[in-house]
Amino acid sequence: MVESVSNLSRSGLRDWLLQRITAVILAAYVIFLAFYFMCHPHVEYNMWQDLFMSNSVRIFSLLALMSLMVHAWIGVWTIATDYINCTILRGLFEIIVALALIVCFIWGITILWSV
Amino acid sequence: MKPLLKVTPVPIQVTLGDLVEKKPSHSSSNIAKQGHNVNKKRPVNLDLRTIRFPLPAITSILHRISGFLLFLLIPVLLWALSASLSSADSFAALKECFSYPIAKFCVWVILSALAYHLVAGIRHLLMDCGWGESLTGGRMGAKLILIVSAILIIAVGVWLW
Repeated sequence: MVESVSNLSRSGLRDWLLQRITAVILAAYVIFLAFYFMCHPHVEYNMWQDLFMSNSVRIFSLLALMSLMVHAWIGVWTIATDYINCTILRGLFEIIVALALIVCFIWGITILWSV
Repeated sequence: MKPLLKVTPVPIQVTLGDLVEKKPSHSSSNIAKQGHNVNKKRPVNLDLRTIRFPLPAITSILHRISGFLLFLLIPVLLWALSASLSSADSFAALKECFSYPIAKFCVWVILSALAYHLVAGIRHLLMDCGWGESLTGGRMGAKLILIVSAILIIAVGVWLW
């Protein structure tokens, strides 16, 4: 058996499970935001800032941000292993994607922390 | 020790060949002559123009495409979040930016991809629980997610305009 070295958890089953757990968190976050916009059709800056200043929403947002990175990595990794057959190209692509996701994660934390 | 999760090992990799209906081009006598290596010499049609994609294949590839699109748009979403939260001025500027028809259309496309990915993802989770795994169930599920996501996409459009 060839072991993959670039998938997230080094185990297909654990990746599968992580993909589902993060999916549920992201779905909950999206539905939460959709409800917020439905309840507040005209969002003003102060309301919006207050929302992200509360601790529960901050934790929820960070959890969703983390889930987004994990979910995106597993998804893009799966697509890359399916369609990019040249190992060097796939490796390069995966490095670029991983770096981009880590940068986005740090950027997201600074956005949520500076509120 | 009892395992936490009981998962039947089923191959999850579905190749394009499994999803498409093949039109054999060899005559039956030709295949019979090949004897034991029939499976190896089976004609495979990978011409995208002549492949007939069943509905579940289309919904599956749309799930991938929408997911990849959302991945590409992560920086855009973070930029919008940053602009909306950094100051009252940047919030107002972002709101004004979103009032342009082209920006509204882009937001609609992003939300449409998100809505489709969400609906198809929920169906994935339901299938993991054993719902709609049969052939007819799979076809019905594919139809259902197209209908539900179409309703959501129209609703998002109505909400935006």
